[in-house]
Formats: sequence, C-alpha cells, structure tokens
Amino acid sequence: MTKKFGSFTANDNLNFEVGKGEIFGFLGANGAGKTTSIKILCGLSVPTSGEIEVAGYDVYKQAEIIKKNIGYMSQKFSLYEDLTVWENIRFYAGIYGMPIKTIKSKATILLKRLELEHARNKLIASLPLGWKQKLAFSIAIFHEPSIVFLDEPTGGVDPITRRQFWDMIYEAANKDITVFVTTHYMDEAEYCHRISIMVDGRIEAIDTPANLKKQFETDSIENVFIKLARQSNFKG
Amino acid sequence: MNNENLGIPISNFKLMNTIKYLLQKEFIQIFRNKTLLPLIFVLPVVQLIILVNAATFEMKNIDMIVLDKDLSQSSRNLISKFEGSPFYHINSFTFSLEEAEEKLLDNSADVILNIPANFERDLLRNNKSKIQFLINAINGTAAGLINAYSISIVQDFNKEIIQEWYDLNQIKIELPIKLNYRYWFNENLEYTIYMLPGILVILVTLIGMFLSALNIVREKEIGTIEQINVTPIKKYQFIIGKLLPFLIIALFEMAFGLVIGRLLFDQPMVGSLWLLFGFTFVYLLVALGLGLFFSAISANQQQVMFTVYFFLLTFILMSGIFTPVESMPDWAQIINRINPFMYFMKAIRMILLKGSGFFDILDEFVSLSIYAVVILSLAIWRYRKTV
Amino acid sequence: MKRFFGFIKKEFFHIFRDKRTMLILFGMPIIQILLFGYVVTNEIKDAEIAILDLSKDDISQEITNKLSSSGYFQIKKVLHSHTEIEDVLKSGIIKEVVVFEADFAKKIEREGIANIQLIADASDANTANLIVNYTKGIISNYAISLRKDVEMPLQIEPEIRMFYNEELKGAFMFVPGTMALILMLISAMMTSISIAREKELGTMEVLLVSPLRPFQIIIGKVSPYIAMAFVNAVVIIAMGVFVFNMPVLGSISLLMLESLLFIVMALALGIFISTVSNSQQVAMFISLFALLLPTMLLSGFIFPIENMPLVLQWLSSIIPPKYFIIIIKNVMLKGTGISFVWKETLVLLGMTVFFILLSVKKFKVRLE
Repeated sequence: MTKKFGSFTANDNLNFEVGKGEIFGFLGANGAGKTTSIKILCGLSVPTSGEIEVAGYDVYKQAEIIKKNIGYMSQKFSLYEDLTVWENIRFYAGIYGMPIKTIKSKATILLKRLELEHARNKLIASLPLGWKQKLAFSIAIFHEPSIVFLDEPTGGVDPITRRQFWDMIYEAANKDITVFVTTHYMDEAEYCHRISIMVDGRIEAIDTPANLKKQFETDSIENVFIKLARQSNFKG
Repeated sequence: MNNENLGIPISNFKLMNTIKYLLQKEFIQIFRNKTLLPLIFVLPVVQLIILVNAATFEMKNIDMIVLDKDLSQSSRNLISKFEGSPFYHINSFTFSLEEAEEKLLDNSADVILNIPANFERDLLRNNKSKIQFLINAINGTAAGLINAYSISIVQDFNKEIIQEWYDLNQIKIELPIKLNYRYWFNENLEYTIYMLPGILVILVTLIGMFLSALNIVREKEIGTIEQINVTPIKKYQFIIGKLLPFLIIALFEMAFGLVIGRLLFDQPMVGSLWLLFGFTFVYLLVALGLGLFFSAISANQQQVMFTVYFFLLTFILMSGIFTPVESMPDWAQIINRINPFMYFMKAIRMILLKGSGFFDILDEFVSLSIYAVVILSLAIWRYRKTV
Repeated sequence: MKRFFGFIKKEFFHIFRDKRTMLILFGMPIIQILLFGYVVTNEIKDAEIAILDLSKDDISQEITNKLSSSGYFQIKKVLHSHTEIEDVLKSGIIKEVVVFEADFAKKIEREGIANIQLIADASDANTANLIVNYTKGIISNYAISLRKDVEMPLQIEPEIRMFYNEELKGAFMFVPGTMALILMLISAMMTSISIAREKELGTMEVLLVSPLRPFQIIIGKVSPYIAMAFVNAVVIIAMGVFVFNMPVLGSISLLMLESLLFIVMALALGIFISTVSNSQQVAMFISLFALLLPTMLLSGFIFPIENMPLVLQWLSSIIPPKYFIIIIKNVMLKGTGISFVWKETLVLLGMTVFFILLSVKKFKVRLE
C-alpha cells in the first residue's frame, strides 16, 4: 500500500502479510510512517493506492465490517477520564453490540483478573498509568475481535508493567487474536513472532527476530535497526 | 446472541443500541462536569432575576436642581408640581448657575430647572414667560424622555394657572382632539414581561449552540475522537449522541425558565405552551446545527468560543431583543433573514404575550424549518469531511 | 533578559498565528460599533399600523394622511370594525391601531372635542411606547394647528438646552460602553483563558521550572493582550470621532492613560480568574458570565443604572466597567480633567491592586 500526503510519501509501496494469531511487530523510528500505516489498516485513513484486506475484508469497500472485527488502542489512551472503569467497559462493549448481560459477566471476570475490582467505580483519571494501559488493552479486545491494533502501547510505563502487558498480549495471541503492534522500543521486538522495520516510509526488513539477527549478524534488534538506518542514509 | 429471536433485524437493534450507549455516556459526562451543572441550573435563575430587572428603558429617578431666581408663588407652585411627580427627585436648590452647571458636570444632576427673576411678573403683565431646562444629554434617549416629561408637566401647570386666574370654560383651552391609548397584551407596559422571553431565548441558545459546540470540539482536542472513529459507530450516530443531550437540556431549560418567570415575575403565558415548545424544538435544531458547524470548522475550544460569541453578540443585538427590527436599516433587515434569533424572539413574544396561534407564526415556523434543514445538512457534511 | 524577550516574542507569534481569532478580536469592535451606530436604534421607521376610521370625514382622513406621510408609519391595513382589532394585533402584522370615533369632524365642530383611540401591541413594550409617543406627537401637532386662531391667554414657554450632546446622538452612549466591553473581553477573558490553557496542557509547570521568574512569565503572557487591547481602544475612539463625530473635549493623554489603567485592571482580573480555574472551560465560563454579561447589562452601557432597582445599583458598583464608562464620558464629552474623575480613577486603581494581590497570594499557595 502507498500513502502520499501531497508530495510527501509517508508509506511507499509496502507489501506484507500477517497471519492469524500472530504477534506482528511494526517497528521504525518516529516519523518513519508507522502511525500512518496503522491508521489506514484501521479505516481511519484512505490509502493512495494498493490492495488491502483486513480480517478478510476489503479496506475500500468493506470498511464498516472491518471496524466491527478489530480492536484499537492508541498512544493517547482514549479511555474517558471522567467515566468510571465499569462505565468505560460498558460503553465500548455496548458499541460493539455485546448484550448487557454478557458485558456484565465478562467485566467481572476481567476486573478480577486485572485485580481492579476495587476500582470498578473509580474514575479513570484516578488510576495510575500502568493500570490505565492494561485496562485500555483489555477493553480493546473485550469484544473478541480477530485483530487488535496497538499504536505505541507501552509508552512511559515502568518495566514491570511492560512485562505484564506483554503477558496479556501473549494471552490474546493464544486465543487466536492477531496482534499488530507498533513500537519504537527495539527490545520489545524480541517478543513478537515476526517484525518489520520501516525506514523513511519503506519496509527495509521483514522476518522473525531470530532470522533478522542472523541476517545482519548482530545480537539485538536494536543493532539491526541501526544498521538499516545507516544503510538508508548511505543510499541517500 | 438473543437478538435474532426478537424478530427485529439486528442492524436496527444495534443502531438504536449504539445511540443509547452514546447518550448514556454523554449524560454521565455532563452531569459529572462540575462547571456545566451550575451553569445549567443556577445561571438561569440568576440571569433572569438580574437581567430582567436591569433591562428597562423607563426613566424613574430624574435628578433635578432648581435655580429659582423668582421665588414667587407661581414659581413655587411650578416647583411643587415637579416635587409631586414620581419621576422627579429634586436634589437641591441653588442661586448660582455655575454651581448648577457643575452638578450637571459631575453627574449629580440630570436636569436644571432655571426660573428667571421676573417669571411671575412677566406672566401677569405680558401673559408670557420663559423658563429653561438644561438637560444632560449624554444619554440621548433619556434626555429625550426628560424633555418630553418636563414639557408635559409645564403644559399641565400652564392649564392650571389659566383655569385659576381666568376661570374659563375648560373646553376652550383643551385641544380639540382627545387622545387616549391602551396597551394591549401588556397593560402597564411592564418591561419585565417583555424582556423575560428575550432572556429565555439567550439561555436556551447558549445551551443549544454554545455548550454543544464546545462539547464536540473538546473531544477533538482530547483525542478520543480517534478511538470513536475506529469503532463501528457511524458518524451520524455520533452526532446524534452529541447533540441530543443538549437538545433535551435546552428544552428543559426553557421549561425551567418559564416556571421561574411565572413564579417570580408573573409572566403571562397566554398562548399554547405546546406550540411554544414545538417552536423551540425547531429553533434548537437550527441552534444545534450552527453549533455543530462552528465546531467542525474550529480546531480547539478557544476558537469555537470566539466564533460563537461573535455570532451571538452580533445577531442577538439585531434580533429585536432591545430595539425594534423594523426600524433597522434595510441592509440589516436582509441580514436578519438568516438570523435565527429574530424568528424566535418574534414567535416567543407572540405566543407568550399575545396568545398567537399556529397560523400567526406560520411564516417564522417555515423559515426556521428550512433553515434547520439547510444548516444541519451543511454542518453534517462539513463534519464528516474533516473529523 | 534575552530569554525574557524571546519568551515574549513566542507569545506574540503564538497568538497572531490563530488568524481566525485575530480576525474576530480586531473585527468585533468595529462591527459592534457599526451595529450600535446604525442598527440598534430606538427610532421608529415604517412601523406598520392600521386605521379604523368610523367617521371617514375630511379631518380623519387628513390626520391619516399626516400619519402615513410622516415616514414613521406605513398604513398596512384598513379595518372596518372593532372585532378585527384583536386578530390583526395577534397576527403580528400590525403594531398599532388608530381608531377615529364616529362623526369625528362633526363632534369637533359641535362640541369642540372628539376622540381618537390608540391601541398598541405592547408585547414589544419598547416599540409600543415609542410608536404611541410618535403618534401622539403627530396628532397633537395637528390638533394645535386646528386651533391656531384661538389664542392661549397665558403661555409659559420652556426653552430646552441639551448639554454635552446637542443632537442627542446615540454614539455618546455606546462608544464608551463598547470600549469597556471590548477591553474587558481581550484583557480579562483572553488572558485568563490563555493562562488556564497552559495550566490545562501542563506546560505551565515547564515554564515554572525554566529560568524565567514567575512574574516574567506572567508579563510575557499578558503583553500581547495589552498591545491588542490598546490598539482596539484607539480604533474604537477613532471610529467614535471620525464616523460618529464624537468630540474629544478633554485631554487625549488623560484618555489614553485611563484606558491603559483599565486594561491593566482587566488584566489583573484575568490573571486572577486563571488562578481559580483549573481548565479553559472554567475560565471561559467565569469570564463570560461573571464579566461580560454584567458589563453589558449592569455597567450603564445600555440601560441607565439609576433606573434599576436598588439591589442592582449596589451590584453595579462592584463592576469595574461602570467607572471606566463614567471616566470616558466625562473626559471625552464634558472635557473634564482629572479633578472630576479622580474618584473613579482611584476605584480602578484600587481594584487593580486588589486583583494583583489576590493573584499573587493564590499563586504562592499553588507553588507551595
């Protein structure tokens, strides 16, 4: 897919496939074009050209169906600060058409698992950042979508919470939910099944973390990225 | 899922459900908003009480200084006529014109009554005499009224002297045409019941246009709009969810304001309240449409605020709330055709004070309805393009 | 020092980049003045009236002609019976019905007096009052002319002199009022919102930890608004003078100084509002409802204070624009010097100091 903003090409002829239940890491530096891609895949933005299917539906013609089958969690968190935990769950789940009884029972289970039962009726604004994030993710997959898009979900959070977050991502993947996650934390790349690295709007590498490390003869994805970045600068 | 068994097509069910959830969220947020709540409940009361009492063009307390150089029976009689009038309040007496003019200068007097030294003598000898009124005319309207009142008191006094001194048949000195006037729908020409509907219009508009626009832009500013856009929520559902609460609250406000009007000011409600609310409903569609439009073309709350404020200020002044629409220059009257306040102001006064019926306000109704359709379509179109 | 000026420059750019708000801030005073000057008027023009002439003789028709050719009225309908009056008034088409009684001219000749009744639609009390007064005026003049040959045995002739505003121009009222309103708007409201915004977005903390001292931050934030407010003040006065022929009898420098004082006072007020608001919305609403509406209605701008109930008169004495309007009117229209307005000036000064102290106190509390 290609996305141009005037004369600026944000996404240049990207080509990739992601399988069901896969955790796909979409890496790149800030400004490389990751957010643009995610917006297109979520139906927030229209691509300039390219054939794109999400969850088996065409992005141009079946955008509405796609929306029903995906989940999304953005950088800005987008849980309503002035609503309580329960009210946020009820709202988002209700929007996706879940019957209220189901919402109630699933919510109880979820809050227990997250150890947030005490916070059920607390305003989101009163929760610490880590809890908000985990909650936002849970709400994003509450309606059991086929794919969930995560746009830089772990920004500004302590390492323990990050670890717990990734545990939740693995759980979701095991339930056959595809996880499409963008991040600029290169160490998180290790957690993914496959990753792609974007540089200046193009995908310069796409493979499992292990293969990439072998290919570029280094021991960390971070170094892979640095090498790629240098390469592209070299190419000019 | 149980939906299928109900025989209602799933899509319709979900459609209503989505809006239901949106409304639920909006109302919770509105009622939790500590600034909004007092505004909706306290402000109308305060505003109505203060504004209705303040907004009057009547003259009540004309401060007068008397410069009586004659000190005759006649001059004293003339002065006591002013003393006896409820409109005038005689501040002080003086013999120096400079002192009197200074009082005019420092605002402690509105008018000077200057009676020259030979007042009575001239009346007796020459059948003619002059007096002077020096009026502080900075407030032109007030000065005009002071002028009219003063002259009419002098004319009354004139007649009295003639009768006293000449004992003539009254008819000869009366004018041949006797004029009497009645004020229908507002016998005592009370300004409060004239202003109150106007203030109600402002209140209802503030909620319907102003608050709703701010609310929409806020979501843009905070960033939750993106999250909404990813969900299956359709844009029109979102718009309804955003506008409907304010429509309901504004209608409630109208009712609330009317109750206060009745309780505190004895506001007459001669016409059909159903008609009034029906009209208010159409009007609110226009107001909401405008609010939506302004929020679609603004990037943040500050811009919305200024745009709406500017619109409100200009068009409310032109709406006939303080001064008659028909007296405005032609170009202003043309602009007024797209002024929703003008239509509402007219209709609300007609319904409340005159008991006018549906056909009387048909023109305004039709105009507003067309306006509503146009502005809502424009606003929704613009909203879908940019958000 | 360089940092400070850099900060001020940034603030200026920030504001001027928002073209739409700029347009509104500079255009609004102009539009308002034009509105008040040409649109909002208490005069009557082409008011729609109806005639119910039960006599239809020479005199009644001559009076009708005088009414219709006066320019104040247009005769929209001719009625034939009393029963039509209610409907025609309710429909909103007619504002006043003039009723000539039967045998009008004959009665004047035989009995020396005949009756005309005016029935006015007072749902718009203001208009009704005006229309009735204008009608009375025309009919009275005609009545006097009818009786020209009869000499009044005694005549007191009142001479009227209008001070400070001979032509009774409306501009003298609304130009000062508009100045107060606009300066309040820019200085108080915009300042409070701008500072509240920084607080809301969290950038205030960033500023506070920077090498800039708190008072430098405040001054930097308000300086663009001082500039804008001052420009607006000059524009408004200029419009008053050149478009509406208002005089500037007093000293221009006094005028400018007082305007500056008012601007500073409004700024202090704006700063204070921002200290008690934790979000833009709150600042906006406080400004709007606690400042602008009272300014318009209780400051003497449109409605004279003396006519209000006592409670409201007391209320109006804590509204700063009231004093500013008095000062402007005195200086411009009466040509008085500081000796006449020292009281009001002192009040404004006092308010400024009061707000500054309050703000400083609140600010310190916050920092702790």
